[in-house]
Amino acid sequence: MANLNINIGKLQLKNPVMTASGTFGYGSEYSDFLDLSRIGGIIVKGTTIRARQGNPYPRMAETSSGMLNAVGLQNKGVDYFISNIYPTVKDIDTNIIVNVSGSTVEEYVETAEKLNSLENIPAIELNISCPNVKEGGMAFGTNCLSAAQVVRAVRRAYKKELIVKLSPNVTDISEIALAVEGEGADSVSLINTLLGMAIDSEKRKPVLSTITGGLSGPAVKPIALRMVWEVARAVKIPVIGLGGIMTASDAIEFMLAGASAIQIGTANFIDPTVTIKVIDGINDYLDRHHYLSVNDIIGALEEI
Amino acid sequence: MYNTLKHKMLLSMKKYMLDLILKENKILSDQYNLLILTSKEKIPEIFPGQFAEVRVDGSPTTFLRRPISIHYVDYELNELWLLIQIKGDGTKRLATMTAGERLNILFPLGNSFNEPMNKEARILLVGGGCGVAPLLYLGANLKKNGFHVNFLLGARTKDDLIELCEYERFGNVFTTTEDGSHGEQGFVTQHSVLNNSNFDYFYTCGPTPMMKAVARHALKTKANCEVSLENTMACGIGACLCCVTDTTEGHVCVCTEGPVFNITKLKWQI
Repeated sequence: MANLNINIGKLQLKNPVMTASGTFGYGSEYSDFLDLSRIGGIIVKGTTIRARQGNPYPRMAETSSGMLNAVGLQNKGVDYFISNIYPTVKDIDTNIIVNVSGSTVEEYVETAEKLNSLENIPAIELNISCPNVKEGGMAFGTNCLSAAQVVRAVRRAYKKELIVKLSPNVTDISEIALAVEGEGADSVSLINTLLGMAIDSEKRKPVLSTITGGLSGPAVKPIALRMVWEVARAVKIPVIGLGGIMTASDAIEFMLAGASAIQIGTANFIDPTVTIKVIDGINDYLDRHHYLSVNDIIGALEEI
Repeated sequence: MYNTLKHKMLLSMKKYMLDLILKENKILSDQYNLLILTSKEKIPEIFPGQFAEVRVDGSPTTFLRRPISIHYVDYELNELWLLIQIKGDGTKRLATMTAGERLNILFPLGNSFNEPMNKEARILLVGGGCGVAPLLYLGANLKKNGFHVNFLLGARTKDDLIELCEYERFGNVFTTTEDGSHGEQGFVTQHSVLNNSNFDYFYTCGPTPMMKAVARHALKTKANCEVSLENTMACGIGACLCCVTDTTEGHVCVCTEGPVFNITKLKWQI
C-alpha cells in the first residue's frame, strides 16, 4: 500500500483523484454507488451569483468516444448553495470544492467572497473556461489580460486555495497559465471542454440548441495530456489534470506528464464507481513499480 | 395530481449498479426485441414508469449508457424485462445479445406514474411505437391494485403491434394502425373509444406529437393526464443536467424529476 496523500498548495488530499465540476452533481447523486469519503476531492457544479436556468434542451450530443454538452451553468445561485446544499455536504470526509463562474469580474468576486466564509470549503475552482455561456465564462479564459484581471480581483477577495480552470480553446495555454500564476492563482486545472459541434444530417439542423457545445470524454484525452505537459513545464504552481480520464492508466499518464492531481468527469456517467477503481488502480501501479508515494510519479516522464 | 411525498420517496430509493444475466432474447419483429434478464440477487422493488441506464459493451460507437424503460418485472421468476427498439448501433448490439451474456445496468431510476385516488376511475393507457414499453408494467400494477385497465396501442402496421396477449392479461386492448392492418385505421387519438367513452385518467408514452394529442384530448375532457418523456440523457441520476425539460418550476431533469410528468406541470403548447 503506497502513500497516496497529495498536497496542492494548502489543500491536503487523501489521494489525487477528484471529480470534475458538472459531472458529479453535489456528490449525493452518487452516494448509492460508492463511499464519497474515499475520493480525494469533489468539485461541485458551477455556481454563479444568481440562479441560472441554463440553455434550452437539447443540451447533449453523443460523439465518437465522447459527448458534447451545452448545459450553460444551470444552478440555483450561491446563496441557495450556502443555505441549502452546503449543510448537506459539509460533513462529507473529503475536500468539497466549489466551481465558481460569472458574467462579470464583480460577479466572480462576489461569489468567491461569499464562499470564503464557509469553513468546510477549503478551495474554489475559478471557471474562466465555460464554453456554453454567452457572457463571461470562456471569454475570460481565452485572453491573458482578462484572465489576469479576473484572477487578480478574486485573489484579493478569496483567501483560501484558489484553483483556476483553464480553457483549451486557445493558441497557447501556457501563456494563460503563466498569466494567472502571476496574479496569485495557487494552482491551475486543465482542460475544460473543447468547443465542438454536432449536426443531424437527416434534419439538416444542429443537434444542440446552442449550435456549439463542449466536447469531453476519451476523445479529448491526447489533447488534454499534451496541454498538461506543456503547462506543467511552464508554471511553478501545481497542475491538476483532466480531460477524458477513464482508467487508472489514464490518470497515471497525466501525473507522469506533470499533474499533481487529476479530475474524473465524463467517465462518471458510464461508471459511477470509476473514481474508486482509479484510486485502487493507482495504488496497484505504485506497488507494482515499487514507488512508496504517489508524489514520486508527478512529472516522472522519462526521455524517449 | 402531483404527489410530493411519493416523489420524495422515489428520489430516496436506493439505486443499484448490477450485472444482470440475459435469460432470453425474444425477437418480436424486425424492429423489436424483448430482453428477459435475471440476477442471482433479488431484483429490487421497481415502480411503473421507472427506467434503467444500460451499458452497451461491444459497440465501439456507443459511448454513453442507454436509458430504457422497465417493461415488466416478474418478482416470482426474478425477471426484469426490457423492450428494445432497434434504432442505432447501441440498440442493434443489444438485440444481438445471447442468453447467458451480462448486461450492466443502473436502476431503478426516475419517478413513477401516480395511481388515481378513486378505484372506480376510468383509465386509458395510450402507447405508440416503443412508448408502449412502460405501460405493460403500469397496467399490471393498476390491475393488481384493483383498477379496471384499458390499453390503446398504436403502430404503423400490425407487425409493429407486439405482444398484445401480454397486455390482454391486464385489461381491454384497443388498437390502431396507420395502414389499417390491425384495429382501427389512423392514429390513436382518432380511435372511437376516445369519443364513445369518458376517461378520468390518461397515461401516455410514445412519440411527442402523439402524447401532445392525448394531452389535448385530456385537457378538453377535463381528465388527468400523465406523460412519460424520453429525452437524451447522459448520467441518468441528476448529475449532468443534460436531459432537462421546461416546466412550471423551470428546467428540471427528466431522469430524476421525471420521466413521468403531469401535463399541467409541462410548458407544452397544446
